[in-house]
Amino acid sequence: MTVISTHKDVEALRLTFVAEFEAGVDRVWQVWQDPRQLERWWGPPTWPSTFDRHEFVVGGQSRYYMTGPEGQKARGWWSITAIEAPHRLEFDDGFAGDDGEPVDPADATHTVVTLEAAGPGTRMTTVTTFVSPQQLERMLAMGMEEGMRLAMGQIDDVLASASR
Amino acid sequence: MVVDEGTADRIFHALADSTRRDILARVIRAEQSVSALARHYPMSLAAVQKHVVVLERAALVVKQRRGREQVVHADIAALRRAAQLLDRYEQLWRHRAHGIAQILAEDRILAEDRPGPNTEKGTNP
Repeated sequence: MTVISTHKDVEALRLTFVAEFEAGVDRVWQVWQDPRQLERWWGPPTWPSTFDRHEFVVGGQSRYYMTGPEGQKARGWWSITAIEAPHRLEFDDGFAGDDGEPVDPADATHTVVTLEAAGPGTRMTTVTTFVSPQQLERMLAMGMEEGMRLAMGQIDDVLASASR
Repeated sequence: MVVDEGTADRIFHALADSTRRDILARVIRAEQSVSALARHYPMSLAAVQKHVVVLERAALVVKQRRGREQVVHADIAALRRAAQLLDRYEQLWRHRAHGIAQILAEDRILAEDRPGPNTEKGTNP
């Protein structure tokens, strides 16, 4: 995995993230399409995600939760707004209540995923736009900050053992 | 969280206007008086003053009275705090990309274990 670039647009509250993978476009599309694969990478390390609904069609709904280290659950939902297999996916992602249903359907982030062939591999671009800084704050507060620190620590461990 | 919701709100609201971004860019380069800033824009001194107040409430700039002039300079720390939020979100995506790469790497390991027409087993160093 190579991270090609990231772009943070502070004024527009938008993050563009570009990564390349050593696999074909169809294969990378599957990690989004198959809920069993998706839940292996969507949540932070200490907050694994479970997708108990994942309708991969326009207008399709997903329901997921992330389980924290003390068993606490952070729930979210997706609504797929555009899909062109295997190159383009757009969806809204928001917070859900204890019943798993959206708290406020208008309070969602919007993500556009683009997959394109790059040599033998695939370039994946994701553009996520937030509607308010509070939304971004809450997204990060869903256990993600702690998760990120641990993820970075794991990479450091790998690098340290490789240099030994 | 370093940035409370109200603070983050004011920062993003302040930066949503192009005149205010331009004012901020100018005072980052060098502190300027409000009247000197006003000469750059086709609007009244009062209008520029209002923009400066918005930037001031977001703690992006600090205004000080010097004699008869009001001098504006940038508070870089506040800008950094705004960017921090997106930095953290970027870390989440780095983690996700790492997770995807791991799943794809498992495919390759499985493919190597499976005997195929072009696979020579046991020749890996």
